[in-house]
Amino acid sequence: MQNRRETLKHSAIVAGLLATTGFFPQHALAFNQSAFDSKTLDQAYKALGIAAPTESADIVLTAPDIAENGAVVPFVGATTLAGVKKMMFLVEKNPSVLIAQFNVTDSVEPNFSIRSKMGETSNVYAVAVMADGKTLFAKKEVKVTAGGCGG
Amino acid sequence: MADPMRIRAQAAGDKATVRVLMSHEMESGQRKDAAGALIPAWHISEITASHNGKPVLTTEWGSGVAKNPFLQFVVKGAKAGDKISVTWKDNKGDTRTDEATVI
Repeated sequence: MQNRRETLKHSAIVAGLLATTGFFPQHALAFNQSAFDSKTLDQAYKALGIAAPTESADIVLTAPDIAENGAVVPFVGATTLAGVKKMMFLVEKNPSVLIAQFNVTDSVEPNFSIRSKMGETSNVYAVAVMADGKTLFAKKEVKVTAGGCGG
Repeated sequence: MADPMRIRAQAAGDKATVRVLMSHEMESGQRKDAAGALIPAWHISEITASHNGKPVLTTEWGSGVAKNPFLQFVVKGAKAGDKISVTWKDNKGDTRTDEATVI
């Protein structure tokens, strides 16, 4: 028969299990500082805990061919694929390569638009992480005439 | 305290496109001041968007996002009259929430 001690122990175990599933949102939202400090794409993927992505025509990245002002460069990342869990934008030659990460729920489309800073001409990547663990990307080279990171 | 966000949410069919313009310096941490010292990074780090009170999107940003940042996303199942709320938090712990109604 389960006594008080057993009940408390079971509650603690259940709470622990719930925490790992992300049931308590504080843990799920913790800011991944090491990912945002990454200086290369591989470092960023490793810090994000994802495999290096494979190129896919299903990911559509829209960005200008030439960014006149590196301080404000518009990126749109979108896909029609179902089952997207996260999307990210990365700028290969920026001092911090990871620009933004979006946690996609069933209530939003995997379609996001932001404006980024770019320090110099660089490849820009839109990466999607799928529910089955696959990681996919699209890339585009954006030429920058006046860098926007402030150096 | 920060200036309010400008949020526009436009319904089309069974979804709404939400455009947010936030007011924030988004200091990259790369710039130097007149004395040559690095100006520390100061940027929005997390954003949560909710539709009628239910969180629908969370995003994390680094210092690479442009100053006075723009964000656009699409909420499924949103219709005119629904409420969209956006909250940002920056790396100094400052926070701001603004709301808009879908038109």
